[in-house]
Amino acid sequence: MKLQDVQQVLQAELVWNTDCGDQEVSSGHASDLISDMLTCCTPGSLLLTGLTNSQVIRTAEILDLTAICFVRGKKPQPETITLAKEKGMPLFVTQLLMYESCGRLYSKGLAVGAR
Amino acid sequence: MIEREITKIQELVYELRVGDVMKRGVIKVIPSTQMSDLRAVLRDNRISGTPVVEEGRLVGIISLEDFIRWLYDGGPDCAVVDRMTRKVISVFEDEPLIQAFNNLERFGFGRLPVLARGIGKLTGVITKGDIIGGLLKKLDIGYRQAEIHSTRSSHIFEDIVADKSALIFEYQVSGGDFSRAGNSAGGLKTTLLRLGISPQITRRAAIATYEAEMNLIFFTNGGKIKTKIEPEIIQIEVEDDGPGIPDIDQALKPGFSTAPEWVRELGFGAGMGLHNIQKCSDRMNLSSTVGKGTRLKVEILVGNEDGSE
Ligand SMILES: Nc1ncnc2c1ncn2[C@@H]1O[C@H](COP(=O)(O)OP(=O)(O)OP(=O)(O)O)[C@@H](O)[C@H]1O
Ligand SMILES: [Mg+2]
Repeated sequence: MKLQDVQQVLQAELVWNTDCGDQEVSSGHASDLISDMLTCCTPGSLLLTGLTNSQVIRTAEILDLTAICFVRGKKPQPETITLAKEKGMPLFVTQLLMYESCGRLYSKGLAVGAR
Repeated sequence: MIEREITKIQELVYELRVGDVMKRGVIKVIPSTQMSDLRAVLRDNRISGTPVVEEGRLVGIISLEDFIRWLYDGGPDCAVVDRMTRKVISVFEDEPLIQAFNNLERFGFGRLPVLARGIGKLTGVITKGDIIGGLLKKLDIGYRQAEIHSTRSSHIFEDIVADKSALIFEYQVSGGDFSRAGNSAGGLKTTLLRLGISPQITRRAAIATYEAEMNLIFFTNGGKIKTKIEPEIIQIEVEDDGPGIPDIDQALKPGFSTAPEWVRELGFGAGMGLHNIQKCSDRMNLSSTVGKGTRLKVEILVGNEDGSE
């Protein structure tokens, strides 16, 4: 699935990187626990999370994730956006709850990004 | 007899010209060549440095040492022009060998660029191996031996790593310093990928380092992460002189955590870190003394691509 499709399905707002729409995500992973992301998140995934601190970006970098979407309308902190730009990590915000975000993407065929 | 040969060599180093023994057809790069592409140039040609040339003119020299320093700094990719040495010691084609030899000795360089007098155009490169080879050839003795000698001295990156001098990178982590958390692991990741280590192995090393780094930040006053990279194995050693771990078996159990509230708010503290480190490594050793500190050793085999994670 392309990031522009993800954006549409989640009715998400793009926080940064207007040219990322053509990038592919292989799977999705949802978590509010960095500890868990680090144990089982698949490379290339889109991360859905309610955590907005900059450590999420560091984690995504280590795990080779493709993009991050913050759920429940949570706006990322300014230093989070700064770091995301530095690392080239696209960011989105959706008003949807975590459950519905996952449900929508899953029903559109986005694979499970965990092992 | 010996004396005669020495005299003969003495004559030859004045008689032979740099242009007689140097290597022509120099491998060179241009100022805009990216640092990330330099590794392949050095490796494929088995050289430890190369001149930087702009429109035939020598503008600098970039060496394996510059490359390693760039890796060590972990900065973004850049052009060689930003990292090269500009003040280049060179010799002219028509100078006697002794001149090249003295320059190599005096400055401790492995190679010197050779220029055509007048136009300043780069025409070749000369090493001690070339000088010895040229002399021996002239004296008609053991030329093949000289060849062996010169390839040995032109160690490439892999040889250096294979050598006693494995690449070692050290990162200092200060306790509680959240603003830079993850820097060491991120830096290591970039370095490993730049060295040509596979993404899978790199990921395992980066995850293990990241978990260990976060533990230093959360539970200690800081410590040191030392990574040693060799062709077959990556070793990561993490040391702190923090409070120590009273019960190591318990700490290794998934789910055990003493993380305070502020750590949990950040999304950490599920008690998965040490377990995850173990999963990412081929060998792991954790030792700790209460009141003294903790020492973690992780080994990842570079060839073991499908090892667990
Ligand atoms: N370097 C250390 N010094 C002192 N105690 C440590 C150190 N590393 C780990 N510990 C102790 O071991 C426990 C387990 O560590 P582990 O990394 O597995 O989990 P965590 O850090 O609590 O949570 P997570 O890693 O999932 O964020 C920690 O809660 C802490 O009590
Ligand atoms: Mg931990």
